Amino acid sequence: MIRFIATRLIEIAAVLAVMSFLIYVLIGLMPGDPIDLMRSADPHMTAADVARLKAVYGVDRPLLERYLAWAHATLSGDLGYSRLFGTPVVAALLPRLANSLALMGLSFLLAFVCALGLGIAAARRPNSSLDAAINLFCFASVSVPTFWLALILILVFAAELGWLPAGGMATAGAAEAGNRLRHLVLPVATLTIANLGGYTRYVRAAMRDALAQDHIRTARAKGAGEVRVVFHHALRTALVPVVTILALSFGGLVSGALVTETMFAYPGMGKLIFDAVMGNDYNLALAGLLLATATTMAANFAADLAYAWLDPRVSYR
Amino acid sequence: MAIAAAALPAAAAEHETLAIGIIQFPATLNPNTDAMAAKSYVLGLALRPFTVYDADWKLACLLCTELPSIENGLAVPTDFPDGKKGVNLTYTIRPDARWGDGVPVTTKDVTFTYQVGKDPKSGIENAELYRRLIGIDVRDDKTFTMHFDKLTFDYAAINDFVLLPEHVERDAFADPAQYRLRTHYNNDPTNPGLYNGPYLLKEVVSGSHILLEPNPHWAGPPPRFRQITVRAIENTAALEANLLSGTIEMIAGELGLPLDEALAFEKRHGDAFHVVYKPGLAYEHVDLNLDRPGLADRRVREALIRGIDRVAITKSLFAGRQPVADTFMNPLDAGYTDAVPHYGYDPARAQALLDEAGFHKAAGGIRRSDSGQELSFELMTTAGNRSRELVEQVLQSQWRQIDVEVKLKNEPARVLFGETLRHRRFDMAMYAWISSPENVPRSILYSSEIPSEANALAGQNIAGFKNPEMDRLIDALEIELDKDKRKELWAKAQKLYATELPSLPLYFRSDAFILPKWLTGVRPTGNQYPTTLWVTDWAPRQ
Repeated sequence: MIRFIATRLIEIAAVLAVMSFLIYVLIGLMPGDPIDLMRSADPHMTAADVARLKAVYGVDRPLLERYLAWAHATLSGDLGYSRLFGTPVVAALLPRLANSLALMGLSFLLAFVCALGLGIAAARRPNSSLDAAINLFCFASVSVPTFWLALILILVFAAELGWLPAGGMATAGAAEAGNRLRHLVLPVATLTIANLGGYTRYVRAAMRDALAQDHIRTARAKGAGEVRVVFHHALRTALVPVVTILALSFGGLVSGALVTETMFAYPGMGKLIFDAVMGNDYNLALAGLLLATATTMAANFAADLAYAWLDPRVSYR
Repeated sequence: MAIAAAALPAAAAEHETLAIGIIQFPATLNPNTDAMAAKSYVLGLALRPFTVYDADWKLACLLCTELPSIENGLAVPTDFPDGKKGVNLTYTIRPDARWGDGVPVTTKDVTFTYQVGKDPKSGIENAELYRRLIGIDVRDDKTFTMHFDKLTFDYAAINDFVLLPEHVERDAFADPAQYRLRTHYNNDPTNPGLYNGPYLLKEVVSGSHILLEPNPHWAGPPPRFRQITVRAIENTAALEANLLSGTIEMIAGELGLPLDEALAFEKRHGDAFHVVYKPGLAYEHVDLNLDRPGLADRRVREALIRGIDRVAITKSLFAGRQPVADTFMNPLDAGYTDAVPHYGYDPARAQALLDEAGFHKAAGGIRRSDSGQELSFELMTTAGNRSRELVEQVLQSQWRQIDVEVKLKNEPARVLFGETLRHRRFDMAMYAWISSPENVPRSILYSSEIPSEANALAGQNIAGFKNPEMDRLIDALEIELDKDKRKELWAKAQKLYATELPSLPLYFRSDAFILPKWLTGVRPTGNQYPTTLWVTDWAPRQ
């Protein structure tokens, strides 16, 4: 087990190193560096101004040299400054990360809990009218574009009924928890509905497979109650594939949800990473993207460990 | 100064706050780095530049007491040994001007701002101002003289010289190379000492909103709102929904809905809001690459403009709200003249001109010269800009009727402006120039401003227009102080432009301001200076 953990940790470090290089190079290959963008907006900028600003912003050196300097600083614990925000990367990143964790964490939790209930209910009565209704909802959830769903929720609950705020993180000047929670309702609902269909389908399929297995028939033959059969025997087996899917989704907790954040003017990681990439803010984009990569890989690692707990047949050597 | 909200009459008291929606959040708040419309909009509420162009496109003194002029003796032309003329300008800071922490605005701030701007490591972008500004002499705490190396007709405009508070920013400038990263505008944006306007920033939630409250040390006309919130909502559909829900009360024209969406909004909800359209300085046009065969011929360019119905385009797509342009100069501008060639929709004349230029109808429906050169071009614009994409399709269809083939090839803005146009890898490109009143078009029309490897791709004359007469007019315009003589030069420049057609003028873009019916005093400028600079005129209707 220890060897397995050590091997996976080395793999994660290697993947992060490769990813950091690829992301840096890809951003560097995008047309127009920050100074080119400034030049297109300022007719008076001369060639000398461009050269001076490129030196000030450090984009006059070869890409590889810049990457190595960045890697060296990062390994020393210095993530550098965000070019776009003019603040340390950590200062730009942390508030957005906290916002995304609140938004994505809540919606992830709600979607998972609801998916478990709906998936189990559908799997227990396959081809029933309940199963058909849940399937219909799932397909609707998967098919509806997130921006449209968000817009409909805003129009109904904010514009028409006036029950909830249409967007933002909180009322300006009011930072109390209740106010923030009210602002979270619609974006969380949007993301929950958008993710619920997919998760429910996974749970349903996994539960159907699990309920058809021999050990379930044996448990029933031994006189185990339906609740124990479903939640103790079948669910534990069904969770193995579901955990894989959830682990893959986990990176989203820190990479944010660009469309939902944009629609609800919610300052999260999705918008931050998008702006950083588009604005050639290498330090910020790298920190955000690597954080998302690391989280996804850590979640997969945790899922691997969870398999052994969920399925006694799994062991790591 | 008393906070005005407390003294509002009962009718106005219910509107003590104002929430404004814009589509962009300012990444930085330092007035002298990273030009950005959202930053200008917010800083308009909190900082006062020395001079700006107002809604009548006249130069106005905001932080100074009087505009220097040769007549009042505050502007003194000087002669340099090489025969060039410079100018010394004396300004006096308003005696009651104070930063938000109560510290008076003084010439210490002037010299500090100059020091920051002049330092090549500080990352200040507006190099042109500091290149021309060769020195500042301080006379006393409030009065100073600026020395410029060139005497231009707009000599009194120091619009981009926005003061930095020396007492707050000095420590951030300890290492000039680190200034843009250490500036308090980014690291401590609610510090009241950073602002000298009617409002102070009280809360900045990055990516979400900025909350402003009256500056207790502001000595100008009292601001009418107890709080102003500027909320950034990037999706325009969500922006509309926020307006309808009351989360925001107005949408700024400078950074709000595109015209087509504003027109649709007005149809649905026009009775509940006051929608104001203001044509401005954004000049939409099609740049032609004059090095391309076919486009190098003036007759072909005239045929292209006669082959499109610009009046119908602006009527059908923009409800006539965007006036058709004849040249780069807006009719609201002081230098405007109507005495230029006007090109109406005339496909028959267009066809005749193409025949005259040697491009005849050929099999396949595309005109061809005797040497086999086809009139087939690529038209580019910014991908995702719905209005432009619509116009582009109309142009394509109308040019097809005069047997000119146009293929559409759009690119994201950063690729189009960052790479394609500055390398001049295009046939036709549709986009807008945004300028200031009486802006001399040196960068877009002067022959040495054609981007090339030789000048490190500097300049914005991407059409490649080379005309000695235009160069002469531009040189003369910049230094002509006599208003009437300058008007004559402007008329010649516009006539030459409309005759030679290095670009095809389309229309002047309009901004749509969606305002609550109870709000008065918002006067769109139509130029690059935001309405927020005159926020003290804004008030609830009595």
